[in-house]
Amino acid sequence: MQHTHISARQSLFDLKLREFWQYRDLVWLFTRRSFKVSYMQTILGPLWLFINPLLTSITYVVLFGNIAKLSTDGVPQLLFYLSSHALWTFFAGCVTSNASTFTDNANLFGKVYFPRLVMPVSSVLSKLIHFGIQMLMVLVLLIWYAGKGMVAPLWQRWFLLPLLLLQLGMLGMGVGIIISSLTTKYRDLRILVDFGVSLWMYATPVVYPLSTVSDALRRLLRWNPVAPVMELYRRLLLGVGQVDGVSLSCSILVSLAVAFAGVLIFNRIERTFMDTV
Amino acid sequence: MQEQELALRIRGLKKKYRLGVINHSTLQAELQSWWAQKRGREDPNRRIGTEAKTDEQSFWALDGIDLDIRRGERVGIIGANGAGKSTLLKLICRITAPTEGEIDIWGRVSSMLEVGTGFHREMTGRENIYMNGAILGMSRAEIDACLENIIDFSELREFIDTPVKRYSSGMFVKLAFSVAAHLHSEIMIMDEVLAVGDMAFQQKCLSRMRQAADEEGRTVLYVSHNMNTIRQLCDRCIVLSHGRVIFDGDAERAIAAYLNESLGDNDVDMDLTVKPHFQKNASSGVSMTRLRLVDKVTAVYEPGEDLRLLLTLEISEPVPPLYFRLTLRTETDLGLATAWSQPLPMEHRGENTVRLILPIDSLAKGCFYGSIGVYRSDELGRMLSFDHITHAFKFEVSGLPVWNVDAHGYMHLPQIRAECET
Repeated sequence: MQHTHISARQSLFDLKLREFWQYRDLVWLFTRRSFKVSYMQTILGPLWLFINPLLTSITYVVLFGNIAKLSTDGVPQLLFYLSSHALWTFFAGCVTSNASTFTDNANLFGKVYFPRLVMPVSSVLSKLIHFGIQMLMVLVLLIWYAGKGMVAPLWQRWFLLPLLLLQLGMLGMGVGIIISSLTTKYRDLRILVDFGVSLWMYATPVVYPLSTVSDALRRLLRWNPVAPVMELYRRLLLGVGQVDGVSLSCSILVSLAVAFAGVLIFNRIERTFMDTV
Repeated sequence: MQEQELALRIRGLKKKYRLGVINHSTLQAELQSWWAQKRGREDPNRRIGTEAKTDEQSFWALDGIDLDIRRGERVGIIGANGAGKSTLLKLICRITAPTEGEIDIWGRVSSMLEVGTGFHREMTGRENIYMNGAILGMSRAEIDACLENIIDFSELREFIDTPVKRYSSGMFVKLAFSVAAHLHSEIMIMDEVLAVGDMAFQQKCLSRMRQAADEEGRTVLYVSHNMNTIRQLCDRCIVLSHGRVIFDGDAERAIAAYLNESLGDNDVDMDLTVKPHFQKNASSGVSMTRLRLVDKVTAVYEPGEDLRLLLTLEISEPVPPLYFRLTLRTETDLGLATAWSQPLPMEHRGENTVRLILPIDSLAKGCFYGSIGVYRSDELGRMLSFDHITHAFKFEVSGLPVWNVDAHGYMHLPQIRAECET
């Protein structure tokens, strides 16, 4: 029979991963639920998953491509913005959806126990599915343009894509749950999140390639752990992008550290946050 | 006690809550305090007149609980509001962590701290069953195995694929309870869930819980203010007061201990403003403020003595003639008898004192609780309550030593007319 020991003293590194594994069905159910619930009682239903990124990308084409005349390194503009937007939304989604884990679920957390980490992991999964759906659109465009010889994807390196998504997912979740852990105490951080994430987008080569910025600015952008991932992603997908080993390995290290720290803090806060919310 | 027989072991459990505003609410204030401290200045966010740092208002919701619960026991937990009942359950359910002490649990815990835990309004009944099961840590296969039982028990087969937002509150409770009662958990925790739902379903739930304990060896922890359901369900009962266990044992005696504790000992002058009133609406115009037992030092009555009360009322607006009601309850909180007064016109507003005299020569012996109420009568002769206090006072009738309450009961009845049949 299952034995549970609850003690006032708990090691900081006791992450209860075995227990988490027991609850894997719950992760999947939460993922499905958030998916299902968000398109219930809407006219277009899951079609929004396509309409939304498409409209945003078209806006980018008009705004950044035609008016601001930003370069896309020779890649067809729609494809460039659509694919960059997909990856950025995945990352931003991981941050924002996790940033309010504790406050959004206070009601549920206050009544029943399950490993709280289930929530962040399932929201990363559901963002991943969103990303996958957007990728279908990107693929259609990609094959079309590749057939016409306008882009040269590095097909044989695509096995790196899942790793890249894993890294971004970890980074996004880490940042998100650190914020959510702090918001149990400091409510004002919540306001900062939306603002911060949109600023972060401009500090990341999403609507422009890294190759167009000045050297000084590029040195600055190297500190942004999302930047090299974005460039690598476009390199694999579209055949353009500047990837250097140093900043990429830094970004990987930062992601790992943030995710680990996030889980530690989360685990700590989770024990008693019901008393402060 | 053998470890393998135990379902739950609690040692030295304490839980501290901070009172008042928890922490500084903004990061700015926190930084300000920290910066001031660094420079050796006064903390600008500290309340004036309090000591730095150490002075933190807190109270112990649980103050050292030790408990062993064997497998298959049905344990009731009672206590006044704020005694620590819900905190104890929350710690056992791992919703929050203890400040000190340890809990060992053998088996899975399913909690019904509130109805429909984890239900999502947009999802169908069936989906919610899966969700709820998964929250308890069950796998899909395990839930599949008991899905049919749950649907049958809930009496909601036709509606099982309807989103639960279309359910009535009664249906919602039925589904929620059915899920909790059938999912594979070794320990069931219930907090006042039976308050909703129709009578027939309540009875069904109680017998289901008893069955779960007796036949499947599941342990039941049940918190309620309803002494009758405690009496029906539990074979052991724990009384909590101010975060400590003050009684642990048989349910009837626990109920007596709880009532005794909540009322103080045979008081003769009671401030009713601090007791829980049962008022239909707060602005009813009449409220009871003070109750005295006339000419008594302790609330002990000789057989044949009258119960004489002085009741102080606060009347804020003109009222029709008032009817007074006294209901006597036994030591274990069973209703015994009710008496009404004639209508009494109340002329003055403000404070009024009423003398109530009730002959209690039919009470033979024992401890009794008195509930007191003020009513008015409507055009149809129905009684409408202004103010009512259950367990307002307590008294004892000393009685004859040979009278045994368990064997003879609480009351004398009038003499039997015996006649020879010719």
